[in-house]
Formats: sequence, C-alpha cells, structure tokens
Amino acid sequence: MITTKDKIQAVEQFAEKVVEVEGRSLWQDARRRFFSNHAAVTSLVVLAIITAIALLGPLFSQWNYDDIDWEALSDISVLGRPNIENGHYFGTDTLGRDIFVRTMQGGQISLLVGIMGSAVAIIIGTLYGATSGYIGGRVDSVMMRFLEILNSFPFMFFVIILMTLFGRHIFLIFVAIGAISWLDMARIVRGQTLSLKNKEYIEAAYACGVSTPKIILRHIVPNVLGIVVVYATLLVPNMILLESFISFLGLGVQEPMTSWGALISEGAQNMEIAIWQLAWPLGFLVVTLFCFNFLGDGLRDALDPKDR
Amino acid sequence: MLTFISKRILEAIPTLLILITVSFFLMHSAPGSPFSSERSLPPEVLANINAKYHLDEPVINQYFYYLGGLLQGDLGPSFRYKDFTINELIGQSFPVSAEIGIWSFLVALLIGVGCGVVAALRQNSWLDYSVMGFANLGIVLPNFVLAPLCILFFSIYNHWLPPGGWNGGAWPYLVMPVIAMSTSYIAQIARITRGSMIETMHSNFIRTARAKGLPKYRIIFQHALRPAMLPVISYLGPAFVGIVTGSVIVDVYFGTGGIGQHFINGALNRDYSMVMGVTILVGTLTILFNAIVDILYAVIDPKIRY
Repeated sequence: MITTKDKIQAVEQFAEKVVEVEGRSLWQDARRRFFSNHAAVTSLVVLAIITAIALLGPLFSQWNYDDIDWEALSDISVLGRPNIENGHYFGTDTLGRDIFVRTMQGGQISLLVGIMGSAVAIIIGTLYGATSGYIGGRVDSVMMRFLEILNSFPFMFFVIILMTLFGRHIFLIFVAIGAISWLDMARIVRGQTLSLKNKEYIEAAYACGVSTPKIILRHIVPNVLGIVVVYATLLVPNMILLESFISFLGLGVQEPMTSWGALISEGAQNMEIAIWQLAWPLGFLVVTLFCFNFLGDGLRDALDPKDR
Repeated sequence: MLTFISKRILEAIPTLLILITVSFFLMHSAPGSPFSSERSLPPEVLANINAKYHLDEPVINQYFYYLGGLLQGDLGPSFRYKDFTINELIGQSFPVSAEIGIWSFLVALLIGVGCGVVAALRQNSWLDYSVMGFANLGIVLPNFVLAPLCILFFSIYNHWLPPGGWNGGAWPYLVMPVIAMSTSYIAQIARITRGSMIETMHSNFIRTARAKGLPKYRIIFQHALRPAMLPVISYLGPAFVGIVTGSVIVDVYFGTGGIGQHFINGALNRDYSMVMGVTILVGTLTILFNAIVDILYAVIDPKIRY
C-alpha cells in the first residue's frame, strides 16, 4: 500500500514537472524565428509606416489630391520643384497638382487593391484546393482539369474581358482579378491537403462523424494557413504591379483619383522635365514591393516546417 | 514513355476546344462591337459590313463558322486591319516576339541560374545579399519603368543604341527589348534556383559525395544541379510561353511590332478574330509547354515513372 502511495506521489510530482516545461506550439516557434529575421521585421515596420503615411499624410498638407496650383502651373520645371515653403513637399505634376498628396492617395488605392485582390484569390484558392485535395478521386481529377483549362488562358485575356465588362470600377476589377488568380494558390493548398489528409486527427474527426465541409473548414484549412500566409504576402505585390500595369495601359483608376501605377506612367512621360514626378511614386512602389518580398521570404523561413 | 507522351497530347485536344469555346463566347459577350466607333457609320453600310462578317447572325452560328475556318487553319479576317487576315498579322508579328523572347529566355536562364547557384553556395554572405538584392530589384521594378529608363540611358544620353524599331532583328535593335523583357525573369529564376539549390546542398547524397572527397565543382555540376533544377523547370514552362508571346510594353516603347500590342489593341477594339487568334496561339503553346515540362521532369527525375 505504502509503496504504491509513494509511487503515485512520485508520478504526480513528475507530472507537475512535465507541466512546467511547456511545449512550444508551431506558431510560437514561427514567431520566434520570424522576429530573429532582421530583414523581415524591418520590412514589416517599413510597411506599417508607409501605410500610416498613406492614410494620414494628406491631413498634413494644405492641398487636396485634385487641387490645381495655378501659380506652379506656369513653369512646372522650376516652380513645380519639391519645396517645403509652398506646401508641395514632393513637387507638382505637369497639371500643377501636388505630388505628395497624390502619392499618398495613390498609395491608398494601390494597397487596397493589392490586399483586396489577394484576399479574394486566397479565399477561393484555399477552399478550392482543400476541397479538391480532401475529397480526392474523381472530384479531384475533374477539379484539377478545370484548373488546367483556366491556366491555359492568357491571363491578360481575362483582365481585358473583365475591364470591358466592369468599366472603370477599379475595385470591382480587382475583386474579379482576384477571382481568377487563385490557380497557384489552389494547387499549393491541394498539395498540402493531400499530405494532411491521412493524419490521425483528420481520421479521428471523421470517425466522430464530423461532416466533410466541417472537416475541411475546421481541420484542414487552419493547418494549411502557414503556407497561405506566405503566399498571400507574395501575392499582394503582384496585384499592386498588375494594377500599375493596367494603369499604364490607361485602363486603371478614374481621374482625378490616382494610383502609384498611374502616377508612374504619367511620371515616365514627363521624366525629362520633372523627374520628381516619376521618382516619388516609383520610390514608394519599389520600397513597398521590396518589403512585401522580404516579408514573404521571412514568413516562409519562419513557417516552413521543412526548414528547421 | 511513348504512351505517356501520346496520352498527354490527346488530353490537350479537349482542353483546347474548351479554351476556344469559352473565350469565343466571353469575347462576344463583351459590350460593343468592332464597328461601333465615335463616328457612326450609315446604317445601310453597317448592315452590309455586319452581313459580310456574319455579325448579324446569332452568336452560335458565328461560332460554327469560326470553328469551320479554324479546322482549315484559317483564323479569319481582322476586323481592325481591314486588308489583312489574322494569319498574316500573326505571321508578321510572332517571329519578332519569338526572336526577342528566345534571346531573353536564354539570357534569363543563364544569368538567373548562375546568380541563384552562386547565392546558394555562399549563403548569407555579402555576395548572396547583393545578388539577391539585385534579383529582388528585378521583380519590383516594373518593365514599363525599365523600358523608358533604358531608352534614356542607352539612346538619349549616350547614343549607343537606336531608341526603337526592328530592322529585321539586327542586334542593336535587340539589346534594349531583351533587357526590358528578361529582367523580371532573371529575378524569378534566381530566387527559385537559390531556394532549391540550398535545399539540395543540405541533402544526404551531397553529404555522401562530399565524404567521398569529390572536388567541389563535380559535386555542384554532377550531383547538385540536376535535382536542384526541377522546380526551375516547372517555372520555365509557363515562363517560356509568356516570354515568347511578347509584351505590350516592349512593343509600345521600342516599336518592335511584336504580338503583344495586337492582343491588347484587339481586345480594346473588339477585334474578335485577333483576340481569338492570339488566345489560341498562347493557349496552344501553354498546353504544349506544360506537356514538355512533364516529359522533362520524367527525364531528369529518375524517381518519376509513368
């Protein structure tokens, strides 16, 4: 009797000790690795600053994004130069509009478009890939064939068709573009799902009678989230670049609203007389895209379980 | 292997048919028509033109007319360039884009793989950081900025190269389009190569090779490069199609007359047969090169069997 009591006590003590040594979850581990990556953390900070400037910057200027400074208009290459005194911190464009405020306003549009497009792509891609991978069999091969067909369409074809259908509603266009750029996402998630499918906890959920949609949403999707996050940070800069390409073709946002892409394409036309018109928006665009790329790399290093 | 290849080709036919059908109906469902312009034509003339191109008939009939022509290799007349057929226009512009594309592809492949391998072998050194920094710059610098900067530098400030034109593809006319075209691909290829090369260099068979005392260049070229190229190859298939079918930016800035401008203009002007022609060309190439990638995979990776 006494010995067993001793043993029980010993076991209890041991159990307490074990509890004290807390296990680290995947996300805690990832966070620790992410914060030790200086490039990624710096990028995150810079992105936060750029977002804050884009949102709050216009409040600190006396100009509106569609105001025309008639005085500067008379000689852009001299009076339109960047100048603190007259409030044109970044100079003016050839129409006498303030580049600082326009860059900020363009930044809002560019960032919003990038994030919205990616969000739509990621929601569709994740659900499609997880469904296809989890159900498998004939459904999987039909869904994958459909993907392959979509993939053989020239991407610009879709973009242009969508623009003719939606006109100049930039947000609608990007929701629609998001709705066609989920193909890679779906393929990646499907691959992950295939390897998750035979894990014990999925089997346990299935044995408990959890329905298929619920298994996909509650058990598969949270476990592929790591790779989804990584891909999302790489998708946002692509969306921003795509928006600037569309603006370059003259099909993007409607004047007097603007975006970084539209500002750059205007700036490129006037770069010989007013280089600041190109330099500021281009600088913001390049820094933002750089940051998103480093952030994506950092997140991948942090979340990829292969890279321990 | 032969059955695999033939199966892959047979699978492509229904895919292509769906591609043609969907893009045909999508294109025709877009509002506007090729002949609706600001200066409206007299109704009788418009009716005559519509009758000539079968535009007055139901879309489904037009679809079958189009398919019938397609079976004979006829992509139809252009609605925009009235004296040309699509076959002629694509025949003129595709070789231009293809020549720029093949050079850009070779440049991107050589520099990209080279940069990626060097960065991977000297991981986390200043060489790695500077090479990858350059590669990232290639991704973030849009080519519609790169193209005017090239012209500014090579033609306006320095007079080294002609600012545009094609001139039958003489090399001075090729340099700037190739730079503008290949930069972003160099960057992507370098990134992918670096990632997979690092992974390969950490794997067991490389350790074995090193333990055997093989010289470093043999480890890299004979053992590491082949498996490390697999992810690169799966990127190269679609990239090759994208690079060969040209870019509207290059065509606009350098006036090379490639196929990129035709596609964009065709879509904006509702030049149905032009858009269809380019779509079919790109779609066919995409399917073809995806198949080639699959076959190359089987050749390179002995673990894959069909």
